[in-house]
Amino acid sequence: MEQQIVKVKNKKGVRVIPGFGLSMGVTLAMLGCFILIPLASIFISASKISFQEFVEVVTSKQVMSGYLVSFSCAFFAALVNGVFGLILAWVLVRYEFPGKRIMDGMIELPFALPTAVAGISLTFLYSDQGWIGAAFDKIGISIAYTRIGITIAMVFVGIPFVVRSVQPVLEKLDRQYEEAAMMLGASRMRTFFKVILPELFPALLAGFGLAFARGVGEYGSVVFIAGNIPFETQIAPLLIMTKLEQYKYSDATAIALVLLIISFILMLLINSLQIYMQKFSKA
Amino acid sequence: MYVEMKDICKTFDGFQASDHVSFGIEKGQMAALLGPSGSGKTTILRMLAGLDRPDSGDIMINGFRVNDLPGNKRGIGFVFQNYALFRYMTVADNIGFGLEVQKKSKAEIKERVEELLELISMEDLGKRYPHQLSGGQKQRVAFARALAPGPGLLLLDEPFAAIDAKVRRELRNWLRDMIGRVGITSIFVTHDQEEAMEVANQVIIINQGKIEQIGTPEEICFHPKTEFVADFIETERFSQGGK
Repeated sequence: MEQQIVKVKNKKGVRVIPGFGLSMGVTLAMLGCFILIPLASIFISASKISFQEFVEVVTSKQVMSGYLVSFSCAFFAALVNGVFGLILAWVLVRYEFPGKRIMDGMIELPFALPTAVAGISLTFLYSDQGWIGAAFDKIGISIAYTRIGITIAMVFVGIPFVVRSVQPVLEKLDRQYEEAAMMLGASRMRTFFKVILPELFPALLAGFGLAFARGVGEYGSVVFIAGNIPFETQIAPLLIMTKLEQYKYSDATAIALVLLIISFILMLLINSLQIYMQKFSKA
Repeated sequence: MYVEMKDICKTFDGFQASDHVSFGIEKGQMAALLGPSGSGKTTILRMLAGLDRPDSGDIMINGFRVNDLPGNKRGIGFVFQNYALFRYMTVADNIGFGLEVQKKSKAEIKERVEELLELISMEDLGKRYPHQLSGGQKQRVAFARALAPGPGLLLLDEPFAAIDAKVRRELRNWLRDMIGRVGITSIFVTHDQEEAMEVANQVIIINQGKIEQIGTPEEICFHPKTEFVADFIETERFSQGGK
């Protein structure tokens, strides 16, 4: 029997734990100081240059290729993370094996590690002299200083998002769904793709979105392995840094603004799809 | 005997869930596995379905030993306690799931789904999603879904447990009539004595993993063979009288 949830509010609307005013105030202040004002300042800063200059900056060949590199690599990295993050989460939830706790803890390592450290070690590993890079070099694939390298760095920083989004949903997923599919004669493949995957899809999408956003914004771990060849492996955040180093603050914010808007639209799309999917979860 | 369990034993982490269980059910019968919670009745059902494996003993269905046959090859329909309807599929897709597995043509599936929707009197609700249905409707869909692939045996795990008392009696009669109409051999698990006596024509009473008595509802009521059965029936009656 399900226990009925007792509402915290009583008839007069008095909450058991007081302090709504204070906590709401703190929340708004935090949101304002750390998110809204910095974001708004990008708009203000970018508006210092004329619209024509703005268009010129953001449509220059170098900047356009920067966007392309950032978004395409982040997309593929998020896709890779979607597949492998799902498998990782699956293994961590469904199987018992020695060292499971350690493996589970290691998922967070990309969060904890300074990104520059990750960047250096990835470059070391994947350059044509490195352990993995040398092997691929023999079959004619170079990883470091190409977009493949950028994607690998983005996979590295994005994997925790997918695993940590999918894991709790998978833990809660009732085995009855799988058993029901089995009793209806379904094979394991069909059960996975038709029954389990739709259940995990909203969480997977959320993880994908976060990994993608992180990939687009990632700087530290990517710049080393990217090699920053103009029109080839220059990511958008690097172009922002370059402009800043040249004291071209308005140009830098112009690039940032476009990055922000594209990311915002993509996240909006992903989140809307997720909300649409959530309406099924009541049953 | 259409379904037969021969000397089945099963332990979970040292807990004896089934202790030398043997029984048989004739084709077309409606049997109830009745017992207090934790008596091991659901385990028996799950072993029949192939969702759990017995440690020893034989499970025979239609003359074949099915111990090593996975659940998806046994041709059994299973109605789960919480129905386990697929949330991201419409009612029609839920019912059609088992037919799609059988690689039936689209037209064939559509025809069969419509036939089943009619059987459960939900002709107009095929396009709904499970979260848009009432508890009773969900149960009817679960029933139709289990029947769709044409199983030889229907298993139901506490089919009325999740339904409120008012609708339960109505649904119980509906299910009994429906199973009678389809003529399928069925076994259901329940802890409710009245439910077992009203719906089943064969009652199997289980306690602590052992079978206490097998018989028709009349035999169980008027000629309890063990003290436990007499006690169980008595307390049930008493508690119902007290309501």
